[in-house]
Amino acid sequence: MIGVIKRISQKIFRTIFRRRDNLKIGFYGPPNAGKTSLANRLCKDWTGEEIGTVSNIPHETRNVQVKEKVKIEHNGKNLTFKIVDTPGIATKIDYENFLSFGLKRKEAKKRAKEATQGVIEAIKWLDDMDAVIVVLDSSENPYSQVNITILGNLVARKIPVLIVANKIDLKRSDVKKVSAAFPEYEVVGISVKEGTNMDDFYESLFKLAKKA
Amino acid sequence: MMIRKGVKKVRGLSLQVIPYSEISGLGIAERVKKILNLILSNKIVILQGRLRAEEEARLIEDTMALVDHVRAFKGIELAVIEPDLRKSNVLTKMRHNLARRLVGDSNCLTVIGPAAFIKEIKKDPKKLELWLG
Repeated sequence: MIGVIKRISQKIFRTIFRRRDNLKIGFYGPPNAGKTSLANRLCKDWTGEEIGTVSNIPHETRNVQVKEKVKIEHNGKNLTFKIVDTPGIATKIDYENFLSFGLKRKEAKKRAKEATQGVIEAIKWLDDMDAVIVVLDSSENPYSQVNITILGNLVARKIPVLIVANKIDLKRSDVKKVSAAFPEYEVVGISVKEGTNMDDFYESLFKLAKKA
Repeated sequence: MMIRKGVKKVRGLSLQVIPYSEISGLGIAERVKKILNLILSNKIVILQGRLRAEEEARLIEDTMALVDHVRAFKGIELAVIEPDLRKSNVLTKMRHNLARRLVGDSNCLTVIGPAAFIKEIKKDPKKLELWLG
């Protein structure tokens, strides 16, 4: 009950005092979906600097990373917002999985420990978001409970959502399956790696910002 | 039972079914604690109904805290199967909504198990497959 009252009062406070050029847009999703790659692309294109490092080893992002005042211009429209790139949300973390990527045991254990804390941090930040981009790997099964839990929590908090189905350059990519899994959300398929469909992404991003 | 050569035998794993009535009166912390206690004793929990979104988030948070502190605990696998109402008519949807308001999401099933035993839960909208490993 106290949590609900706190959330409502935070929402009212944010609505009254938020400046339109200070939106906080969170990047959420499971590990290795391309959250930091997408955040990096936006940051690099519009601020000249990247937000974080990317890697094929899961849980590369283990802390919430923030980039202030990212100003985007697209088709004569402007949008200034804060990018909040979060660690991938998972229900299991096994340090032994990192060993297969060539990490030493000590290094893998450290990574696993930081990753668990990163997941907790990412969930805690949910309350602070004005809008969220959920980044999914379109070549993976979208019906994972992590995806459903993230979206359920955003709905419960009344936070506007855009689903980005990344990695459409992969053979196994299936954007239609992502759309079918989440028919009540707007889904835009892109490839951050190859820069495919970024125009559609920007259109959807402006629409998302309007709802926030 | 014949075990094929090279196939690892899973020992000490049992299923525990929790009826909705057993958790309906519990608060968020107690529900999550009850589930995680069962998982820590290597049980696959089959819960009648489903957790609310914020309870699922809390379950993930508490799971991560345990991974950090309990040796050999790798986390959980979690999946919910629920009736697909997308193609149902308005009357069916209304009936389900009414039932949900009265008795919660008791027409769903939630499967939660220790990640050390359940390699993956494959889910499509209508079925769940548990891959033990």
